[in-house]
Amino acid sequence: MGAEELDVLFQERIDANDKIEPRDNMPEEYRKHLIRQMSQHAHSEVIGMQPEGNWITRAPSLRAKKILLAKVQDEAGHGLYLYSATETLGITRDELIEKLHAGKAKYASIFNYPALTWADMGAIGWLVDGAAITNQVSLQKTSYGPYARAMVKICKEESFHQRQGYEIIASMAAGTEEQKEMAQDALNRFWWPSLMMFGPHDSDSPRSGNAMKWKIKRESNDVLRKRFIDKTVSQVELIGLTVPDKDLKWNEKEQSYDFGAIDWDEFWAVIKGGGPCNIKRLKHHKKAHTDGEWVRKAAAAYAQKHSKK
Amino acid sequence: MSEVKDTQGQLWEVFIQTKKGLPFKHFGSVHAYDKEMAIQNARDLYTRRGEGRGMWVVPADAIVAVDSTDDESFFDPSDDKVYRHPTFYELPDGLKNM
Repeated sequence: MGAEELDVLFQERIDANDKIEPRDNMPEEYRKHLIRQMSQHAHSEVIGMQPEGNWITRAPSLRAKKILLAKVQDEAGHGLYLYSATETLGITRDELIEKLHAGKAKYASIFNYPALTWADMGAIGWLVDGAAITNQVSLQKTSYGPYARAMVKICKEESFHQRQGYEIIASMAAGTEEQKEMAQDALNRFWWPSLMMFGPHDSDSPRSGNAMKWKIKRESNDVLRKRFIDKTVSQVELIGLTVPDKDLKWNEKEQSYDFGAIDWDEFWAVIKGGGPCNIKRLKHHKKAHTDGEWVRKAAAAYAQKHSKK
Repeated sequence: MSEVKDTQGQLWEVFIQTKKGLPFKHFGSVHAYDKEMAIQNARDLYTRRGEGRGMWVVPADAIVAVDSTDDESFFDPSDDKVYRHPTFYELPDGLKNM
């Protein structure tokens, strides 16, 4: 069978909502697109541990500390599900990490913002995980089987993340004047970057065409962003905080919110390395990876020694 | 896929039984250097919320799978044996308890 014929057969399977499995025939571009998207997703989970890990030793109570530890452990787990799923496409874990360290693979820009106060732990769980859930629920229907299955498992666990974040921000919003200010400040700083997590507007999203055709992506950036805003605004109002967008307005006809212009210059600047923490995040990951090298070597040596017995 | 060696240990496939009596189901994979580490990593990764009652880990390269390019012809032989299904048989009306 020729390559063209195979591509036609592939598209027929996609159109019939078949899931594609690792050993199935797939166009090289489909494989590349998935490796790029899934590894970026995996790296985001792993880099995402840094802003939160930073607060484990400073959590305000033992309860808060246990919860945060569990959440950060979940993020590591999500990274591992996604790395494993990506590896089914014929790339090694080593190569994936190398590409991250070389700056060839990206991670979500949101993690290049610092977590300055305890309220940020609330805002991250509530808004950042909330935006991620909106995206990931949609990805449960993605055409690549291992990716779809990883999403199902991740979505189940993310719901705890969002609720614990909202609990933090709600209790601060109900606290002293100073605590309420901290909650509002965290919302102010994380609102717009959370909206940017959905990516550029559909009209400026160069790779969306193929991703939609191959059903890797099931819904567009703008559709998902709007869905997130529509469900989050009432959560903001419920605890007496204010969305930092003077143009936010309910649109009766569309039964949805209209919102202000997103600062795309900021978005592109952070992606290109100009965010507050880009250098720090990558440096920390490299250090952790290098520091762990002797552990990997020791484990390999131990395993080899015991396999000889 | 598992013949690829990387420095992060070999690939193991994880099968979990979520309740006693149920079949073991494929959950995903882990990297580990030996079987003890594989089963501990799999526990930490896949059963953080009581999902597991039983668990197998299997080196990925020990799994034999049907080649996807000929899976259709591989499963073909069962297609023309409809008499293996109970609905194939013409039985008298009024038959009960069968």
